Amino acid sequence: MVLLLEVHVSLEQVLIVGAVLFAIGIYVALTKRNAVAVLMGIELMLNAVNLTFIAFARFVESPRPIDGHVFAVFVITVAAAEAAVALALAVAVYRYRTTIDMGKINLLRW
Amino acid sequence: MIIVARNLLHAVLFLILSFVGIAGLFITLSADFVAVVQVLIYAGAIAVLMIFAVMLTPASDRGNTGNLLQLPALVLGGLIIAGATYIVIETDWREASRGPFDTTAQAIGEALLSPFVLPFEIASVLLVVALVGAIVLVRED
Repeated sequence: MVLLLEVHVSLEQVLIVGAVLFAIGIYVALTKRNAVAVLMGIELMLNAVNLTFIAFARFVESPRPIDGHVFAVFVITVAAAEAAVALALAVAVYRYRTTIDMGKINLLRW
Repeated sequence: MIIVARNLLHAVLFLILSFVGIAGLFITLSADFVAVVQVLIYAGAIAVLMIFAVMLTPASDRGNTGNLLQLPALVLGGLIIAGATYIVIETDWREASRGPFDTTAQAIGEALLSPFVLPFEIASVLLVVALVGAIVLVRED
C-alpha cells in the first residue's frame, strides 16, 4: 500500500491507459459472438471511464475534488445493476433458443 | 488477453485480472475507497455473475470466436486511441498542485449524503428494479 502510494504517475499517462482500455472494450463488444463476451467488453469500457474520472479527481484543479470519486461509485453501482439484468436476459434467451450467439438471436426481426 | 483467449471462461478470468489491476491503478491515484469497491463489486460480484452465465448456457459456443466486424472494430479502436492520445497531449488540464488525498471514505460518505442525496436514492431504486427484473426474467413458470 505504502509502496504503491509512492509511485508517481502523471495525468497524461493515466488518461492514455484509459483510452487504450476503452478501445479494447469497444473492440471486444463489437466483435465477439457470445453475449457474455459482449458484456465483458462493456464492463471494460465502464472501467476505463471510471479510471478517467478518478484521474481527473486526483489531478485537476477543482473546488470539490472528491466528486469524481462519488461519480465513479455511482458508475460502479449502475454497472452492477446492468450486468445483473443483462446476464439474466442472456439466461432467459438461452432457455428460449439454446444459444446466446449474437448473430443468431433475431427474435425482433419482422 | 480477453480478446485472444480460446475458452470463454479463461477470458472471464483474464477480465478479473484486469479489474484487479485497475484497482491497483486506483490506489496509485490515492482513491482507496473506490479501489476497495472495485475489487468487491467488479472482481467479486460481476465476475461470479459472468461465470454463472457462462456455466448456465452449456450448449452455446464456448469458443470466444469473433464475427465479421473485426477489421472495422480494429480501425475504430485505433482511431479512439489515436484521437484520445492527441487530445490528452494537446490539452492544458489546469493541474492542481495539491498532493494525494489522505483518506477518501469519509469525504465520499459526506458527499453522498449531503449534495448527492437524490442520485443516491435513485441509485437504490435502480438497484431494487434491477434485482426484481432479473428475478422475473429467469423465473421458471
